[in-house]
Amino acid sequence: MFQLKGGLYPLTALQLLGSNLALFEEQLALKIQQAPKFFHHAPVVIELQKLNPADISINFKELVAILSRKKLIPVGIRGGHPTQQAAATEAGLAILTEGGKELSKSQTQPEKSAEQTVQATTNPDTSNEADIKGTPTKIITEPVRSGQQVYARGGDLIVLAPVSHGSELLADGHIHIYGPLRGRALAGVTGDSTARIFCQSLEAELISIAGEYKISEDIDQSFWRLGVEISIEAGRLHIRPL
Amino acid sequence: MVKSESKIIVVTSGKGGVGKTTTSAAIGAELANRGHKTVVVDFDIGLRNLDLIMGCERRVIFDFVNVIQSDANLSQALIKDKRNENLFILPASQTRDKDALTAEGVERVLADLRKEFAFIICDSPAGIERGALLALRYADEAIIVTNPEVSSVRDSDRIIGVLNSRTQRAEQNLEIKKHLLLTRYAQGRVQRGEMLSVEDVQEILAIPLLGIIPESTAVLNASNSGVPVTLGPVSDAKRAYQQAVAVLLGEESQSRQKGWKSKILEGLKLFTRSPA
Ligand SMILES: Nc1ncnc2c1ncn2[C@@H]1O[C@H](COP(=O)(O)OP(=O)(O)OP(=O)(O)O)[C@@H](O)[C@H]1O
Ligand SMILES: [Mg+2]
Repeated sequence: MFQLKGGLYPLTALQLLGSNLALFEEQLALKIQQAPKFFHHAPVVIELQKLNPADISINFKELVAILSRKKLIPVGIRGGHPTQQAAATEAGLAILTEGGKELSKSQTQPEKSAEQTVQATTNPDTSNEADIKGTPTKIITEPVRSGQQVYARGGDLIVLAPVSHGSELLADGHIHIYGPLRGRALAGVTGDSTARIFCQSLEAELISIAGEYKISEDIDQSFWRLGVEISIEAGRLHIRPL
Repeated sequence: MVKSESKIIVVTSGKGGVGKTTTSAAIGAELANRGHKTVVVDFDIGLRNLDLIMGCERRVIFDFVNVIQSDANLSQALIKDKRNENLFILPASQTRDKDALTAEGVERVLADLRKEFAFIICDSPAGIERGALLALRYADEAIIVTNPEVSSVRDSDRIIGVLNSRTQRAEQNLEIKKHLLLTRYAQGRVQRGEMLSVEDVQEILAIPLLGIIPESTAVLNASNSGVPVTLGPVSDAKRAYQQAVAVLLGEESQSRQKGWKSKILEGLKLFTRSPA
């Protein structure tokens, strides 16, 4: 019937600065007016780290209701103390751990991310709404080192240097690497399953397109260290030598 | 006042125990041997290793932290080497913890050292925390000490990323020159595939090679007797460090790099690559 899988999905973080929800709703409405498509059905995480310690009690049920009214999809919270976390759980929110990396493991809302994928693919323009101005292609000329993360929001990523073990490339569009790919590369992270990954030498720790992924041990050994193109075909990752 | 040629060089690695302190002492002493006024600064607050390796632990009265906190001035804390008048050390404190270092304090002390010294060698502690970040923050160049094994290479890769983003020069969009120094290189283990080859490491790190220091008993003897390898008797490690300093000073031109590399490798009887 279904399969449980890990996945890495960008979520919009919403930093809560106070507990006055009426004020919050007002400001949110203004924000959404500026880029309605970007916010439409976007999954959001509510961050509590910036909250004044005096704002102990947050009415999470009300907060969820407000977000839903604004056509946002509240997924969970980050930060906050135990009382707030308990109240958030009560309101149906997930508790996400600190630090971006863990997000993929604790992302316990497969239906919601799937929903986002579907939404994005049926309407491929959504991901570009955020940066309408300027070229969305990001070009990196220096090696991407272990521990570094590069994200090309709303466009393609081109790397003209090696990508090290322990580094991570993310793009809403395609990823091109003119060098060895030894780290992780995730294309189409907002759900574009037509996105592709190109690299000169496939030595990756992980490759992913629109949430479909393979870790290095699942990659067919015959492609190791070859120049390849990776795409989604019939719903699965497909690797082809260049 | 600032000497135009004054250079701050950090010796760093990420991973611990790879040979940073050995290298700081050996390269500092060799620069002094060649007539350059050099100071080696110990950033490993709380451990204090450099003074032992340089054989001046009994002469430590004031230290780096005292100078930062203005409890002593630089001239009181600097120790002049007994063997070479061009060589100085600014020792770390054994009693303080690494939080005693502040960015402003480090910047001020290094600026003062620049007025006196041609080379300021910063011996970084392991890791990528406060002490290590401050050791590299004001550097003009970096020597990345790497052992030919996967975890050391990973950490070096990470520290290169840190050098590219967290140094003052990087923040001013200036280049920070990086040198790869492979240490504890053991040919036998490379051949058996237990260690990475020079080419493997260079391929991953993609920065110019400064030198290859063999695994050597001379290093152990040197640190036990408190004599930097380059001030001690002739040895394979001494020759390799001298060669590295020649490259550091630009005496060996880039175009001859291939030549000297194969020369070193031959000297170390390294004729074959690791099995693929
Ligand atoms: N080329 C070499 N041959 C043999 N032993 C070596 C060599 N280089 C370093 N060592 C030994 O390795 C150990 C660690 O060296 P050293 O203290 O210089 O490393 P470090 O990187 O400064 O360590 P830490 O991260 O703890 O500061 C010492 O025992 C030293 O004698
Ligand atoms: Mg040390």
